[in-house]
Amino acid sequence: MNAIFHLWLIPLLPFAGFLLNGLFGRRLPKAVVTAIALLAPLAAFALVLIAVSSLLGPADGPSPLPFVETCSHPWIDIGTLHIDFSFVLDELSLVMLLVVTGVGFLIHVYSVGYMKHEEGYARYFSYLNLFLFFMTVLVLAGNALLMFVGWEGVGLASYLLIGFYFQKTSAANAGKKAFIVNRIGDFGFLIGMFLLLANFGTLTFSEIAEKLAYPSWQGGVVTVIALCLLLGAAGKSAQLPLYIWLPDAMEGPTPVSALIHAATMVTAGVYMIARTHVLFDHSPFALGVVAVVGAATALFAATIGLVQNDIKRVLAYSTISQLGYMFLGCGVAAYSAAIFHLVTHAFFKALLFLAAGSVIHAIGGEQDLRKMGGLWKKLPVTFAVTTVGVLAIAGFPPFAGFFSKDAILYAAFAQGGSGRALWFVGLVTALLTSFYMFRLWYLTFLGKPRNEDVHPHESPFSMLAPLVILALLSICGGWIGIERFSAFLTPATGARAMEAGSAQLELTLSVLAVAVAALGWLIAYLFYREKSALPARSAAALPGGYKLLANKYYVDEIYGATVVKPLLGLSTYFLGWVVDTGLLGGAVWLLGGIATFAGALLQRWQSGNIRSYAAWLAAGAAAVLLFLVVPWPAVLASLSAIHLGGAGH
Amino acid sequence: MNSSLGQDVPLSWYLLLSALLFTLGVVGFLIKRNLITVFMSIELMLNAVNLSFVTFAHEWHAVKGQIFVFFVMMVAAAEAAVGLAIIIAVFRARATLAVDRIDLMKL
Repeated sequence: MNAIFHLWLIPLLPFAGFLLNGLFGRRLPKAVVTAIALLAPLAAFALVLIAVSSLLGPADGPSPLPFVETCSHPWIDIGTLHIDFSFVLDELSLVMLLVVTGVGFLIHVYSVGYMKHEEGYARYFSYLNLFLFFMTVLVLAGNALLMFVGWEGVGLASYLLIGFYFQKTSAANAGKKAFIVNRIGDFGFLIGMFLLLANFGTLTFSEIAEKLAYPSWQGGVVTVIALCLLLGAAGKSAQLPLYIWLPDAMEGPTPVSALIHAATMVTAGVYMIARTHVLFDHSPFALGVVAVVGAATALFAATIGLVQNDIKRVLAYSTISQLGYMFLGCGVAAYSAAIFHLVTHAFFKALLFLAAGSVIHAIGGEQDLRKMGGLWKKLPVTFAVTTVGVLAIAGFPPFAGFFSKDAILYAAFAQGGSGRALWFVGLVTALLTSFYMFRLWYLTFLGKPRNEDVHPHESPFSMLAPLVILALLSICGGWIGIERFSAFLTPATGARAMEAGSAQLELTLSVLAVAVAALGWLIAYLFYREKSALPARSAAALPGGYKLLANKYYVDEIYGATVVKPLLGLSTYFLGWVVDTGLLGGAVWLLGGIATFAGALLQRWQSGNIRSYAAWLAAGAAAVLLFLVVPWPAVLASLSAIHLGGAGH
Repeated sequence: MNSSLGQDVPLSWYLLLSALLFTLGVVGFLIKRNLITVFMSIELMLNAVNLSFVTFAHEWHAVKGQIFVFFVMMVAAAEAAVGLAIIIAVFRARATLAVDRIDLMKL
């Protein structure tokens, strides 16, 4: 690294943008707000590129990574607890930073066009910059506590942006839901950190890895810590059973859904597991749980996605499902495959969300798939890029999704045993994914327009340019190949990288995955292109199943009845009435009453009559005099002598 | 030690006189209604204290007591000037000098 390069500049620039736009944005002209908002992530991205270029420089010599930058002043220094502000740039955080700042910048550019006519333009961009600040802190953090700061911060930014249209009750509620559900996960993260401190005495990732190098650490407390961290990751990355906030988070503006709720923030859980992979490596049980949670979430969310009619909700469930894939990858210790999928997913899912935003923008805010159709002629660019995105997520070669999904499925299969079952779940999910994505594609762009009232118009250049760039990335993003990617990541994610299996097995699995994706496409074609009566007929054939899916397995209702209602009842009746009104209110009233009563008594002294004051003064002086003049010890002694004498008599 | 005082009049008599005058002042302050009489009672108390100061100063050949008396007299003079001015102002405002009528502070 060269001397003028500072890691702390990467988060600081978006933070400066947040401060400027947040404090003065309302008074600044729109062009200045735009300039500040775009320059901050662009400069951060440029800094990351500088870091990359220094990597690519002299190939010989020791690797400049990991590059650690620590603030000379300690953050927390109490007894044996010592925590620094330290940023670490290694292979893992470098990849994440590229995604976060790169995709982040593209989405900033897109937002300029998308949010042009919205109220609170400056507020929107200040939140977006704030998000980038916290996300880069999360990624660069060298210890768990600093990561937690970023972790909470992105949660805050997510909350603010989901509730961006806060006049809408549903948006405000969705923001609260996201925040509260994430608290459950954060609780796990916190407990995990406490356990780390108690057992290892440090929160620094590199030191934890060093201490874990002794083989005596196996299972037991490490499993508990890993499971606590998994709970945190499941909350942030919307895995079972804490996924419920993500579909509702679609109430936010569409670019926010693309940036925070598809490409970057929700992948923080995957990143965290990869970052703390040493813990998971020492606990096969926790790894198994990660894999099962991931596979279950992937399948579960994909089935819900089959029947959703809101374009953004389809994408939301698809995001949850793809995050499940990443967890599955982590769970079979194929961290580099998971991160690979994270990267390609960031490209194609951001692309799909932004394209959906472009569609919604074009037809005046309509999000219902049933009211779209035939848009390909009116929105040719959006149609083209969406096609790329759909092909990528469905896993067709040579698009990015094929390579990364294949890597995860192969890693699961190669594990053998229960890994085969996980692989099969992944394969079924791939089929479902392909089906619902092509369903979305057919319903939106092909067929006849189902709503003649709207006059769609292609989006402005500032929205199309990021779409095209993301489409190119969705095509080429996977070409680097899992072998090279995993070799690059190995220093950060451990030596358990992809072993080269038999080429024939790999080829068979790939062909199978593509065949399944093609099958999904075919079914979608039959359902939504060939025979338009088929969806209704199949729904009528399985009324119970369809209803179950359309109502998302009633999970929200079940949580409402088992968790929310009892909690609300407890809060309202016990905490609200008994504790707050009864105990606390009563105590306050009692104290106030005592003061009032005492005041009423003492008020009589304040007669306003000089002579009575003087009389009290004289009486007081006389009392002091009495106290000073009378020899009290002698008097008391004589008094007690009389008393004793009387008793003895 | 008490040789410097007159042989016929012991120290305690002076002090008794001082206490008597002070008590007179206190009682006058408490029972009189007229503000000027109350004011005079205060002066009486001050001078009763002055008497005991002078007595002790003379008894112990300490000049501090004498000096203190001068201070008290000076403060009393100043206080008399201010006090009388207040009394005149009060009389102008309320047309009475009865202390129990001057009770604006009362709730």
